[in-house]
Amino acid sequence: MYSQKVLDHFRNPRNVGRMDNPDGVGKVGNPVCGDVMVMYLKIKNDIIEDAMFETFGCGAAIATSSIATELIKGKPIHEAQNITNKAVVEALDGLPPAKMHCSVLAEEAVKSAIEDYEKKRNEGEGKPAESA
Amino acid sequence: MIYLDHNATTPADPRVVKKMLPYFSEKYGNPSSVHSFGQEARAAIEEARHHIATLMHCHEKEIIFTSGGTEANNLAIRGTLEATKKKGRHLVTSSIEHHAVLNVFKRLEKEGYEVTFLPVNSDGRIEIQTLAEALRPDTVLVSVMTANNESGVMEPIEEIGFLLHERGILFHTDAVQAVGKIPLDCSSLPIDLLSASAHKFGGPKGAGFVYCRKNIRINPQIVGGHHEKGRRAGTENVPCIIGMGKAAEIAHQEINKEVFRIGALRDKLEEGILKSIPEVRIVSKNVLRLYNTSLVLVKYVEGEAMLLNLDFEGIEVSSGSACTSGSLEPSHVLLACGYPHEDAHGSIRFSLGKTNTEEEINTVLEVFPRVVEKLRKMSPFKAQSLT
Repeated sequence: MYSQKVLDHFRNPRNVGRMDNPDGVGKVGNPVCGDVMVMYLKIKNDIIEDAMFETFGCGAAIATSSIATELIKGKPIHEAQNITNKAVVEALDGLPPAKMHCSVLAEEAVKSAIEDYEKKRNEGEGKPAESA
Repeated sequence: MIYLDHNATTPADPRVVKKMLPYFSEKYGNPSSVHSFGQEARAAIEEARHHIATLMHCHEKEIIFTSGGTEANNLAIRGTLEATKKKGRHLVTSSIEHHAVLNVFKRLEKEGYEVTFLPVNSDGRIEIQTLAEALRPDTVLVSVMTANNESGVMEPIEEIGFLLHERGILFHTDAVQAVGKIPLDCSSLPIDLLSASAHKFGGPKGAGFVYCRKNIRINPQIVGGHHEKGRRAGTENVPCIIGMGKAAEIAHQEINKEVFRIGALRDKLEEGILKSIPEVRIVSKNVLRLYNTSLVLVKYVEGEAMLLNLDFEGIEVSSGSACTSGSLEPSHVLLACGYPHEDAHGSIRFSLGKTNTEEEINTVLEVFPRVVEKLRKMSPFKAQSLT
């Protein structure tokens, strides 16, 4: 059912845990649906210096969160922003069809955390927040 | 490996396998053949039918062999609806049935029947008053399972049957999880139709049966030759039916020995889990349940994640979480009992069997709390509730 890569990331998740003083936080999913991901980013000079996650969900949800942190670490935010669920699936050597939504959630978590960072930065520079 | 998924399937008893083996390549006759070689297979099949009738306290003629539990449910429900003289469009079943029953009724609904899917109370039991209120003059058939596959909860089939017989309504029960685990006496139970599956009680996969009370008309759903007295066509699956007969014989002789031993192990498992893991609950703990089944709800973690981690440690269990069923909805049984979605996603089922030992339960009690702790550390919910 799962590839070796998925099982590895599920069994030994990378970058798991809550980050102290993150620059951006993205929370996506819904406990009713059985998946919630929280992505934490540390960003310096528009580069993602560190990424961590906390996930409530199945094996695929935990594995996609873990691989997503690896995919974006060290990347400039404009690059990380373009992460796709397809890239997440490919990096895991595939996912069962019923689990594809987990990869979408990982993509959304990254994007949501970057958005949060940009919103905070804009507020910090005294500009009106876009979504306020 | 520690196998705690006996409600999914059980290992075939070695005595069952031994009994089956000659019927593959030595005594391979067709039971419908007139020659003595065929009649040898016929005699073996009828011996199997006798053992099953003994286990069920019914007549041999009341047993129809099928390919398994799903076919048994389809035949019992659809076969009698087609054949019944009473004309009516209303059917009743429960909302916690196995899909092998639930989806038969959903199909019948599409075909023009009106179906009431009865709610259950928070313990997962049908209330007899709710059923009585759902019945109508044109109700033809009611199907309620004997014991639930996820929670092990036993439904009040005796009370249901008496109520239905007063009103002349057919009563079917899916007893797939009960047959061979608990004694069932069809001579005194007010049941018209019952379904069972061999591999749930130490028999092989590929055989099951319908108990169909005499004088109840049933139309074959697989049409062809005159096998099973015209009630199910197709050459009999001789080795598997013989295996099922042996499993029934063993169950009949040993049922009472196992109930207390397995029940004590299950109770030990539950007490240990409640003691060592905070914020867990056992579903329907104080209700009449199958003695081998324990459905555990663990807060802040998801069922499949627990299942996979236990699997890494060689412990095989099952989960009613959405992620193991291929849909996004968690267990329909837990939702019907009124558990919120977020709790239902964290379900894990332990189902014990004959081969389990106390040592194995001790190992599970060592491993399972560790698994939960590891996953809770990853979970955003637990983290929030701690701060």
